Amino acid sequence: MNQDQSPWRNAVNIGLVGALTAVMLALIGMVESFNKRDIIYQIVTMGNILLLLCAVFLSYLAAKKAARDQTAMVFGTAVLTGVMTAAGLALLVIIGKSINLRMVFINASPVLYQILTFYYGPKLGIPLLLFSGALSGFFAGLLYLAPALVRKMLITAFSSVIITGMLQDMLRPVIALWGPLGKINPYLFAANGLALKGAVGLFVLVAVLVYAWGRKGSAVKTRVAGLPAGQQRTLKLVSGLFIVFVLLILPKIVGLFLSEVLTIVGLYVLLGLGLNIVVGYAGMLDLGYVAFFAVGSYVVAILTSPELGFFSLGFWSALPFVLAAGIFAGVLLGVPVLKMRGDYLAIATLGFGEIIRILVLSDWLRPWIGGAQGIGQIPNISLAGYSFSSPQQIYYFILAGCLLVGFISWRLRDSRLGRAWMAVREDEDVAQAMGINLVATKLMAFATGAGFSALSGAIFVSKIGSVYPHSFNVIVSINIICLIIVGGMGSIPGVVVGSFALVGLPELLREFAEFRLLVYGAALVAMMLLRPEGLWPDVKRKRELHVAEDETESEAEQAATARS
Amino acid sequence: MLQRIRERMSPTDVVMWLIGGGLLFLVVWGSIATLIKGTYTTRHWIDFVIFGLAQGSVYALIATGYTMVYGVLRMINFAHGEVFMSGPYTAYFVAAWFYRTDFLDAQPIFCLGVIFIVSMAISVTIAFFLERIAYRPLRGAPRLIPLITAIGASFFLQYLFRGLYGSSFQAYPDIAILEGHWVIAGIRILKFQAVVIVAAVVLMLALYSFVMRTRIGKAIRSVSEDKEASALMGIDVDKMISMTFVVGGAAAGAAGVLYAIMFKQVHFFMGFIPGIKAFTAAVLGGIGNIPGAMLGGIFLGLVESVGPSLFLDGLGIVAPYQLKDAIAFTMLVMVLIFRPTGILGERLAIKKA
Repeated sequence: MNQDQSPWRNAVNIGLVGALTAVMLALIGMVESFNKRDIIYQIVTMGNILLLLCAVFLSYLAAKKAARDQTAMVFGTAVLTGVMTAAGLALLVIIGKSINLRMVFINASPVLYQILTFYYGPKLGIPLLLFSGALSGFFAGLLYLAPALVRKMLITAFSSVIITGMLQDMLRPVIALWGPLGKINPYLFAANGLALKGAVGLFVLVAVLVYAWGRKGSAVKTRVAGLPAGQQRTLKLVSGLFIVFVLLILPKIVGLFLSEVLTIVGLYVLLGLGLNIVVGYAGMLDLGYVAFFAVGSYVVAILTSPELGFFSLGFWSALPFVLAAGIFAGVLLGVPVLKMRGDYLAIATLGFGEIIRILVLSDWLRPWIGGAQGIGQIPNISLAGYSFSSPQQIYYFILAGCLLVGFISWRLRDSRLGRAWMAVREDEDVAQAMGINLVATKLMAFATGAGFSALSGAIFVSKIGSVYPHSFNVIVSINIICLIIVGGMGSIPGVVVGSFALVGLPELLREFAEFRLLVYGAALVAMMLLRPEGLWPDVKRKRELHVAEDETESEAEQAATARS
Repeated sequence: MLQRIRERMSPTDVVMWLIGGGLLFLVVWGSIATLIKGTYTTRHWIDFVIFGLAQGSVYALIATGYTMVYGVLRMINFAHGEVFMSGPYTAYFVAAWFYRTDFLDAQPIFCLGVIFIVSMAISVTIAFFLERIAYRPLRGAPRLIPLITAIGASFFLQYLFRGLYGSSFQAYPDIAILEGHWVIAGIRILKFQAVVIVAAVVLMLALYSFVMRTRIGKAIRSVSEDKEASALMGIDVDKMISMTFVVGGAAAGAAGVLYAIMFKQVHFFMGFIPGIKAFTAAVLGGIGNIPGAMLGGIFLGLVESVGPSLFLDGLGIVAPYQLKDAIAFTMLVMVLIFRPTGILGERLAIKKA
């Protein structure tokens, strides 16, 4: 990290990190389990890609240390890093062949060594491994030296090939539904992964598209910006309507399985939007958020399930009670933590979440809320005599919920309350000095967030028809925090992006699901280190976090606001 | 008089005092009811207390790590529970190997020593790299950011170890010399509990004298007082922060082995709950205060072991032992509300606010 380090020294350091990372990826079983999925049929698997990406990324970091005009040094450092990464794996193979590592590392199987040596055995495989390390280093150097547009083109094209290959199980049946377009299926896909010609075709297509957009894109943008205000508004309206139209017909296009995934993602969007108010807007890190989700779920269960026999209301008559209970719980848990800040708040809310889960799970409250067995027979949501039961129907319900909650939080953001939240986030003392009522502001944040969470809990139990205490683990809170942070704190589109990336992707890739929390943890750390504003940041927040970098830019903006 | 009280108390204070008073009343009521009912004999209570002391001294050792890190960095090292887990989980494989080769029964003391050293070494390594990779680049960032990093690191480490060693519970081998019990002054003490308590006390004394007596300890304390002034006095602040993590990691690694001896199993998730409880202990004693953390740990251990039977049984709650974690967490929340400076509350807590 030091500035004065020579690029070579730096490359050696990064190479060591690379070797360790690659060995770790191999030993935790990620390589082997990803290897079952071919990206390009019988040529490249997802396991290969994983290691390759690791080597290329780190070599790229190493090459960045060298100045662009020192071509030899760029390639030298990058290749060095790549080879070191591969050498780590080679060492693992050599050690693993002589000692049985399986006593300790359960994933150090013979299959792993075969994968690492490309099924050629160590004699031929290890030189091949080192060579591919060098090659990926060379590629990283090339990527670094290439002009920005070409780099973007290559990266986008490669990632689209990888993603298409990964998702072929899902994409193929979907494309088959599209009538005449379905004919590209046999061209694009093989039995497992992409066909070689399909991969090449896709690569070229995407590359050309990106290149064309890169050349002409800015011209199109300026032309749109140059249109009269009325036409711009129409354009926005048309694109908005188009998005709504796509959202409406989505379940019909993508089929049953993907609709199910969409509903799960949608639930997390709902939860994320609620927590976004507490964490993103008001800056209070709440690790017990799942408690409100549990409150919502259990209130619905108690009010509607005939299994307990207390009440048997319908979903809609239970809904007001759910919202009220959620808001009440938010205030109730909010009051004690009003005076806490930062880490104390996080731990106290975590404590609350756990207390609620333990109480729900205990035998003591079992007669009322079912204990570890949970509550079943919760009726589906029905509206005007029409029951929402399949994922494709519930999708619409969740979509409506997301749009409503999204709209509310969008309108809240720039309201007086929203501004008060953000003031509290930035500095509580100053906010109070400015006349903001801290108690009311914070409680409003807790109550709003809790209300949204209870709503999603209600939809959740009506969707699956039963409720168990194990659904309300602290992991759920962590998941939601992760998706907010990865998407960008305080940003509504960020929540959506985060949900798709962190919830949708693992649902699609079963191999990935096993390593979900590992990747979440790594993503949180990496995100905080490299891009604390998230993938789709809120404009203001991005500016705050990068004060030093674009000082001049913000100064110019300040001047502009001062003038107006 | 009433007027003045009304002016000083806000409605939220009233609500909070009501909650606190209510809980206190329940605790007292439950205790009296239990004692009147007399389900438990003196023997039971003594067993509870000894178990509580053993468990509490493990918490105390972990809590020192939290407290020291909080002292120098003003952040909660959320991943400390995973530092605690990593040591004994790795040392398990050494222990199992000793067990298979019958070395464990032949040379139990030597083997235990090796297990301790391996566990401490691994925990120290993890703690050191954790600080280097995850926390050091973020020094000076807004307070929420290192906390989020710590949560991320915590889950990363948990699932890293799950991937490496598998997700099943591993049973620690039995050590023959720790089976059975001793009778001291008419009280029956299980051997392993006595050993855990003694070992933990010795380790805590060692740690405390390290911090109070050595030059490095002095430097660590100075960094936790004032980073800038320490730097001006020629102390390498970064090195001392690393050192703090190393010392805390060593304590956690040792505590891990004691925990494994007590509960006889290791698991990748074993660090999470003890981690939060040790944090509770650190807060209870006044965070940043080493003797406080030790005291807090032992107190928490006692409450957790005696509490379910004492407070809850009398209230007629079924299966009170299921709620022992709830007691610990309630205590955490109550301490954070009513006395965030802890039992041995001190200036640190005031300064940071």
